[in-house]
Amino acid sequence: MAPALVWLAALMVIPCALVLALAFFRRGIYGGIDYTFTLENFGLVFDPLYAGIFLKSARIAGTATLIAVVIGYAAAYAIAAAPRRWQPVFLFFAVLPFWSNYLIRTYAWIVLLNREGLITQLLRWFGYTGEPPSMLYTEGAVIAGLVYNYLPFVILACYAPLSRLNPELAEASRDLGASAITTFRRVILPLTVPGIAAGAVFVFVLSIGNFVTPALLGGGRFQMIGNLVYDQFLTANDWPFGAALAMALIAIMLLVLMAQAMAANRASGRAAGGANG
Amino acid sequence: MNQPLARTLGMRTILTLVFAFLYIPIAVLVALSFNEGGLPTAWSGFSLKWYVSLAHNSAILSAALNTLIVAVVSTAIATLLGTLLAIGVEMRRQYGRGIEALIFAPMIIPDIVLAIALLSFFSMLNLTMGLHTIILAHVVFNLAFVCSVVRARLKSFDWSIVEASADLGASAVTTFRRVTLPVILPAVIAGALLAFTLSVDEFIIAFFTSGAGRASTTLPMQIYSMIRFGITPEINALATIVMAVSITALTLSQRLNRGIIGQ
Repeated sequence: MAPALVWLAALMVIPCALVLALAFFRRGIYGGIDYTFTLENFGLVFDPLYAGIFLKSARIAGTATLIAVVIGYAAAYAIAAAPRRWQPVFLFFAVLPFWSNYLIRTYAWIVLLNREGLITQLLRWFGYTGEPPSMLYTEGAVIAGLVYNYLPFVILACYAPLSRLNPELAEASRDLGASAITTFRRVILPLTVPGIAAGAVFVFVLSIGNFVTPALLGGGRFQMIGNLVYDQFLTANDWPFGAALAMALIAIMLLVLMAQAMAANRASGRAAGGANG
Repeated sequence: MNQPLARTLGMRTILTLVFAFLYIPIAVLVALSFNEGGLPTAWSGFSLKWYVSLAHNSAILSAALNTLIVAVVSTAIATLLGTLLAIGVEMRRQYGRGIEALIFAPMIIPDIVLAIALLSFFSMLNLTMGLHTIILAHVVFNLAFVCSVVRARLKSFDWSIVEASADLGASAVTTFRRVTLPVILPAVIAGALLAFTLSVDEFIIAFFTSGAGRASTTLPMQIYSMIRFGITPEINALATIVMAVSITALTLSQRLNRGIIGQ
């Protein structure tokens, strides 16, 4: 096991520590690194210009998460309600697209959304004659791409607790006079919160640091944190600032993971309390 | 309408809509790759000509070869190291938090962060970047995935048979070859297939650690630059092939894993 641990230490721990250290240095005049300690880079992260991009990224990732969770939960619920022998088949086909190349799945949306793409063709077929709608290179296209790419994971995460749910609980709730909606809201939903939280965290974390989807579906003029980091390292050559941005990204990720752990804890506590009470 | 029937209908509608959402984009892409005219606007007849033109595109062929080299070498190293790591961790039952975090981290660190970290590291060492640096980088996450697949198999492993083998006079190597390896082999192969697919599809880390120049362009990097130029029928054909390869490899990997659960 030693060689593997050495590999991880040398090519993950040290490089990540290096990036953290980089964030505290100054950018050299000619794009290199000037080794004087500074906190400027972190200050710059809170500059209105960049803080705005953080907020926009969070808004886009949040919207994508919300949509993916609603669709994914409904799909997982429907799969869990299907006959037992069909469930593995449905689940398999729900997750299958997730195993194909990310770039290709994103490209598929360029084919659908471009001005002469399938959607425009469909509109024409229905008798629409006006200008083709511009759907590609919008915030909506970016959100659609993120939802599409990460939906399978949400389905998987929500299916796990839903399939383990004891059907007698829902029956008992109905027998005691609760409506279908109340049963869902008070019995089923709380018991499946850990699955929802896991799926949501996954979508949010991967979306907020994403740079491929905004670059391809948002066009060149669209920036999220990932694109900003990319630019600092490959175009602007301001590595210290890029490193500070990456650290801010990691910080957001850790906060979200902590929130997930808390939500899961609270849910299991409530479930246990409900069972005892 | 009675309630169970309405419910069943509702569930069916949800499933149909979700599967349509998941599969229509892919299906359109695959269909267009066989479209004679190549335009998304009109179907002009079945043709394999985009696949033929792909076979004559030297940039794509060399990118495919690069991807194969990176995937095969990084999978081989990661399978060896990841399996040994899994055995080491499980045998000694050292669930130290530090080690757990170290194994888990490559799976959750955002790609872009690992990518810039490795770029900074390699350039600070003044290392010339190319296929070898992509391989070094890919082993990091492949190793973690192989390790977690093999560990799952080892959770139910009865370590007393290893002791029995040693008591009967077998050397450590013989014990590994004749006792441990046969039990974990399906998981090792499943892990290797997973690593291979991840490596073939990986774009961001390869993009940052490949250095300048076309010599070390991998297939996803080639696809990315083609996509940025717009839609061409060749990408549709390439996308269809790449999807077929990764879906086959991962279905195989899942089968082997299910074999584990079944036992």
